[in-house]
Amino acid sequence: MQSLIKIFKYSFYDVLRSRWTVLYFLFFLVSTFALLYFSGNMSKGIVSLMNVTLTITPLISTIFGVMHYYNSREFMELLLSQPIKRSNIFIGQYLGLAISLSFSFVAGTFIPFLSYGIFVSQEVWDFSLLIFTGAILSFIFVALAFLISILNENRIKGFGIAILVWLCMAVIYDGLILMFFVSFNDYPLEKAAVIMTTLNPIDLSRVMILLKLDISALMGYTAAVFNQSFGTTSGMIISLLSLSMWAILPIVLFNSFAKRRDF
Amino acid sequence: MVEVKNIEKSFGKLTVLKGVNVHILKGKVIAILGPNGSGKTTLIKCILGLVLPDKGDILVGGENIKNNWTYRNNIGYLPQIARFPENLSVSELFRMIRDLRKNQNTCSNSEKCCSELVSLFQVQTFLNKPLRSLSGGTRQKVNVILALMFNSDLYIFDEPTVGLDPISCVRYKETILKEKQKGKTILLTTHILSEVEEMADEIIFLMEGQIYYQGSPKELMANKKAHTLEKAIAKMLEEHEQIHTC
Repeated sequence: MQSLIKIFKYSFYDVLRSRWTVLYFLFFLVSTFALLYFSGNMSKGIVSLMNVTLTITPLISTIFGVMHYYNSREFMELLLSQPIKRSNIFIGQYLGLAISLSFSFVAGTFIPFLSYGIFVSQEVWDFSLLIFTGAILSFIFVALAFLISILNENRIKGFGIAILVWLCMAVIYDGLILMFFVSFNDYPLEKAAVIMTTLNPIDLSRVMILLKLDISALMGYTAAVFNQSFGTTSGMIISLLSLSMWAILPIVLFNSFAKRRDF
Repeated sequence: MVEVKNIEKSFGKLTVLKGVNVHILKGKVIAILGPNGSGKTTLIKCILGLVLPDKGDILVGGENIKNNWTYRNNIGYLPQIARFPENLSVSELFRMIRDLRKNQNTCSNSEKCCSELVSLFQVQTFLNKPLRSLSGGTRQKVNVILALMFNSDLYIFDEPTVGLDPISCVRYKETILKEKQKGKTILLTTHILSEVEEMADEIIFLMEGQIYYQGSPKELMANKKAHTLEKAIAKMLEEHEQIHTC
């Protein structure tokens, strides 16, 4: 346990020291201020920020995850010959990156909202949920990036696959769902819609936030189905559970690959 | 100290180790020799737990190393290719590794030991330089210091003298012999046979993933009626070739 904390510490500082996380923080700081300034009211600001968060956090987490894994291979190889449990090395690296990325994201979005007085407004819970979702998306996509990187020795290939996975989940998946619904629109599709939504963490996050915001105009088909079949509260719980599964499963898989790997 | 029982390992189609048995006694210097690609590094990495063997068991100090990591407290390892986190400075690297091994009793004297080694190998001027800016020889010195700074019972060196200048080479050998007198076990691979003649109590000659010869270098020289180890090994390999061509 102690070695896990130490490795986490080193990797956390290592990531924070790199200029990229600062840039990431500044990006969210500036864009959140801008969104709040232009939309003028907080709940509109939250919806706009949601759209930015749902695309950018997964993308940046994927890119950073792959880069960090390949860059710290030397460090991991050095640590592997030291008296440290294997899984601690890898989990420590993962936590170091995921937590520092979430930290940049949370700090970058929190400061503008704080200065606009989020704590005295009614949207404080909506905003907390948005921050939480962004953080958990960072964890999910760093985990996916690590999993892809350990399966590919070749960094160009690993990078390509990771970006492709992001592209599929952020863009292509929605189009596929739409095509699927259009072509099978004579059949009852509620169950299929629910299942297909849980298979994509980005959709899942969107549904979860929209359920909380309760803006039916923005819900779209999947969120409406979620709302209909589960109601707001249980819909949220189910999406939350599926999201945590998305964060846990890849990292468990990653760990089991790391245990069996030769270095 | 180290017992390797019937280890087999293959990477894909390539079989690297085909049933290797080694028994290493405490307080000896053992050299693993063999042509390139004969499995020396793989054998060493198996003992360290970096490579997981397909078959067989390895005991270090009586403990089975499978799913075990505490035994590495007692090992100082020098990898063949030194790979460090490039942004750290030399002293930061030393401090980090010491911090990671802090709670072990092998670490009690490491700070003093480290500064002694730093002045012995003349690395003082590089202490605050980032590792990426170091030359190959200096990296190797850092590597040697990292392996030696803990009071480990077993040292494993994978081609330690590659890139070292003659002075450092001599100092390295002296340090090793001093450690041996303290009752430490040393396992090393090398291609420099004069080094083996000077230091090794026993050699293990690996060929195509199997042990071809195991015994003291003097015995081998007497056996093959050669004056130097180099000639003895050349003779041994020639005989091996003849058997194969016949």
